[in-house]
Formats: sequence, structure tokens, C-alpha cells
Amino acid sequence: MNYWNKEIECAPRSEIEALQSYRLSLTVRRVYENVAPYRQKMDEARVRPEDIKSIADLNKLPFTTKQDLRNNYPYGMFAVPSSEVVRIHASSGTTGKQTVVGYTAHDIDVWAECAARALVDVGGTKDDYVQVAYGYGLFTGGLGMHYGAEKLGATAIPASAGNSMRQLEMFRDFGTTIICMTPSYAISLIELMHENGFKKEDFRLKAGLFGAEPWTEEMRKQIEEGLGLKAYDIYGLSEIMGPSVSTECQCQCGMHICEDHFIAEVIDPDTLEPLPPGKQGELVFTCITKEALPLIRYRTRDIATLVYDKCECGRTLVRMLKPQGRTDDMLIIRGVNVFPSQIESALLSVDEKATNYLLVVDRVNNLDTLEVQLEMRPDMMQMGDDVKNLERYTRRVKNAIDSAIGVGVSVKLLEPKTLARSMGKAVRVQDNRAIKNKFEKK
Amino acid sequence: MLIDQISVFVENKAGRLASLMEVLHNNGIDIRAMTIADTADFGILRLIVDDTQKAIDALKSDGCTAAVTKVIAFTVSDMPGSLYSVMKIINDNAINVEYLYSVMGRNEGRADIVIRVDDTDKAIKALTDGGVNLICKSDLCK
Repeated sequence: MNYWNKEIECAPRSEIEALQSYRLSLTVRRVYENVAPYRQKMDEARVRPEDIKSIADLNKLPFTTKQDLRNNYPYGMFAVPSSEVVRIHASSGTTGKQTVVGYTAHDIDVWAECAARALVDVGGTKDDYVQVAYGYGLFTGGLGMHYGAEKLGATAIPASAGNSMRQLEMFRDFGTTIICMTPSYAISLIELMHENGFKKEDFRLKAGLFGAEPWTEEMRKQIEEGLGLKAYDIYGLSEIMGPSVSTECQCQCGMHICEDHFIAEVIDPDTLEPLPPGKQGELVFTCITKEALPLIRYRTRDIATLVYDKCECGRTLVRMLKPQGRTDDMLIIRGVNVFPSQIESALLSVDEKATNYLLVVDRVNNLDTLEVQLEMRPDMMQMGDDVKNLERYTRRVKNAIDSAIGVGVSVKLLEPKTLARSMGKAVRVQDNRAIKNKFEKK
Repeated sequence: MLIDQISVFVENKAGRLASLMEVLHNNGIDIRAMTIADTADFGILRLIVDDTQKAIDALKSDGCTAAVTKVIAFTVSDMPGSLYSVMKIINDNAINVEYLYSVMGRNEGRADIVIRVDDTDKAIKALTDGGVNLICKSDLCK
């Protein structure tokens, strides 16, 4: 088993906590002195920097939300003067107005360290060719993994997202061994492979880091089979840093968080109380080494569980179990909380190839409706040309989803290639209720 | 004895059938028989054409989902009771009909019927033994 930084990745829990406590107290002092909104929040909560001596004091601190970043758009939460900031990124705007984040030279270096760890987690070495097919630009995915690959000493291939045929040709011609992209883009590349006569044997891929959107075990199987590699989950968000806040190791049993840089908590999103290890709740991060934007108790809206057991890979860093979805992504259908990832999981359990789908939410006669639109594939006509067979298929899909989410859905078959293909985060949900509300208000 | 029939998945939306017909027209395909099975959301268009492979290629390159199915065709005299006598043979042999449709007639005094059953081999034998006049595609496409 290889490690990038064994000393910290395999450190005893007591040492990790001591380091976190020390770094936390310094960070809190620094934000209190340099970030006006934090000083105000802490004064309102009657917390003084000297009250925070260890991680046991963490829950005395107020939370930070995306709204705080929006209220102080663009640079109001920065803890350093602009002369120290060497780069900015902006969130992908998945959930509304984009937010801006900044990095000092040291922050960039820490990020590269975490991304290098991520690559080593999945078996990367300096002999690898790492093709980064996340978008380069304001999105953190591309540059984040790029710096990690260079830090590791591997060969970075800055492909960026898009130009899909070229991606496949690079796999083949450049001898790419590790890829980084969104899981939905990986699926669309597999489709393109089949259409253009590429075989996985044409490639030397061994591992892929897939992140920036939630995905399922069923998709993992499909990507591994389709590309002939091991598929690993990687997690990150621009507010905290970018990809590689946590990454799966080769045991594929949860993502190890870089705890020397980030303290993770799981809270009950309603009561805001911290939950014990093993309980599922909203993930909260505190940055303890960031200079430009050290967010305190940032509420990610992602749902996860923290597991502190030592992993078989030897790492002691806490693992976060795959988010079930984002609290932002959650749909409320007739009063029931529904995560799109639950639907995907049920859908793929019936038909593992059904990866081109769209969830359309609407309101008809004051009743929420959820329609699952599925693209037809040539092999579905081979089931026989009988209407019965297709109806049986849609009924099986419907039953699986209904029982998984507890809400009745309708399933509609579409002709092939009618849904838009994504090169970044896939658009899986179309909520027409929001559009209607907008018009009704006028 | 078996005839190639093309089945095309058709989404239920305005103008879809017209655009499919345009594709066939542009490729000079002659339709000999057709029917549509429809549900609330989609339909399956079934076609027997003069050049099956050409039609399939044209439809697929247009982005359609299409497949070829084997069906049986027979001819009966165009008078009351003749279809009944054929269906009786089918029924007596415990063969299930999945669907059936008639071919656009162009022969005075005779009706051509296309039938899809659950057990094709058994149906061919039963119909032949029963004296039913099975026809092949060249008969259909005269």
C-alpha cells in the first residue's frame, strides 16, 4: 500500500485531534481579527477566540452558510489582503448565484498536496498519465486535479471537459492510466466508445476519480466494466477547497477526509446539534489551514455519515460514506422528501444500462407529479416488438422507484438521443413548479 | 415463409409520424403493409417494406430505435367467415396471437393478413396442415 503522506494519513486519532485543536485555535483567532462578518457572528454568539482551545469547543462556534458568502460577495469573507491572493475560483452555481473563493500560494500548495494524496489513494504513482477531463476554468475540478498530478510527479494531460472523441483518442494514443471527470461524463464517453468502435482493450486505464455529483454503486459497476478500470469517488467543494477534500482509497469503502486541513462534523440539519459517529446527517467542514478563505463550520448541505474505524488500507483518517444527495437537491414531492440519487439507484437496479434519464417535476391540479423520462435503446426493441414488453418494462421501473421513494411516479419512454448529454454535471432534474411559480407571481 | 417486419419505437408527439414517412420517402422505400400499436405515451409502428435493410439503415441513421421481427402472412378469399376458419386452426392448436393486421388490398377477391404469434414454427405447421395459403414477401410486394 502506498501513501503520499503516511505520517498524517496513518496517524493515531489522538495525534490527529491534537493537531486539529492547535490549528483550530489559531484559525479562529485569525478570522476573528481579519474577517468582519465572523467577528460580528462570534460577538453575537458571545464567543471569544480564547474560548476555543480544542476541537471539543467547536460547537460553540456559529455556522457559515452559502448565504453568508453571497451576502459578502465577492471578497467579503477573505481573511487576507488581495496582495496575498493568487487565484480565485467560483462555484459552479449548481444551486443559485455563484460564489467566489480565493487561494493564497500556500492554499494552492495544500490543495495540490490533498489532490496528490487522492491520486495515490487510488494507486497513482509518478509513472502515471493523468488525464484531467474536468472543466478548466472557474470550476475547481480541472486545475485542482491538475496541480495534484504535477505535485505527485505524474504526467498531467490537461484535456478539460468536452471534445469527447478527442478524449477517447487521447486515452488510446497518450496511454492515459488515470482519468478525472464527472461520472455522468464517463457514462457518455462509454456510449461514444460503442458508437465509434473503441474497445476498453484499446486503453491502458487503471483508475478513475469521479466526482462533482452524486452517483451510485450501479453506475460504479457500469463505469468499471465499460472503461476497464477501478472507479473511485472523490469529494470536494469550492468553498472548502475543491476536489480531494476526501477521496476513496482502493478499499472503496468511504472517502478519507484530509483531516489535517479540514475538521468534519455531521449535524442534524433541523436542530443543528452535532450527531455521533455513524449517524447520517448534514456534513459540516471547518478549514484549519486555509489562509485566504478559512470558513468556520461551513454547512455543505451534503448528506453523509462519518466512520472513524481504521480502514483496511491502513489509513486512520476518518471516512465519509457516500453522500445520499445534497439537501439542496432534495425534492419535496407531495410532502415526501425525495433524493434524485434514490431514484437513480432504483432505476439502475432494474436496468443497469438506463443511465440517460431526466426527472421532470410538475404540479397538475395542485398535485405534485414526478415523471421519469427514459431514453429508448436499440437493445430494448430486441426484447420483442411487443407493446406488452415495453409496458412491462416501464411498470417494473415504476414499481422499483415507487417502493424506493414512497411516492408514485410515472415512467415515460423517449426516443434515443433526445435528452441533452452533459460534459460536466449532468442535469437530472427539471422542476417545472419553480418556473410556474415565477409566472404566477407576476 | 417468414417475413421481415420492421418495428419502430415512436414517441407520441406531433409530427413524429410525418418525419418518419419523410425518411422513408427520401430513401425511396415502398411500404407494403403497416399498422400502429399505441399507448398513451408511445406507439410502435410496424412496417413491411420492399427493402428492409435499406429502410432499417435509413431509420437508424435518423436516430430511430428500430428492430426486425419475423411475422407470418397468409392469404384468404375475401368473403365472410374465411378469417374465422384460419383463427379456428390457430386456436385449436393453442397458439396465442400477439397481433394481426391486414395488408392494403390490391388483389380482387383476396385478403392478405399478417400475423404474429407466440410460437411461429408451430403456427406455420398448423396453418400449412390446415390448408391455409401462406405467402412470402414477394407475393406481398407485388
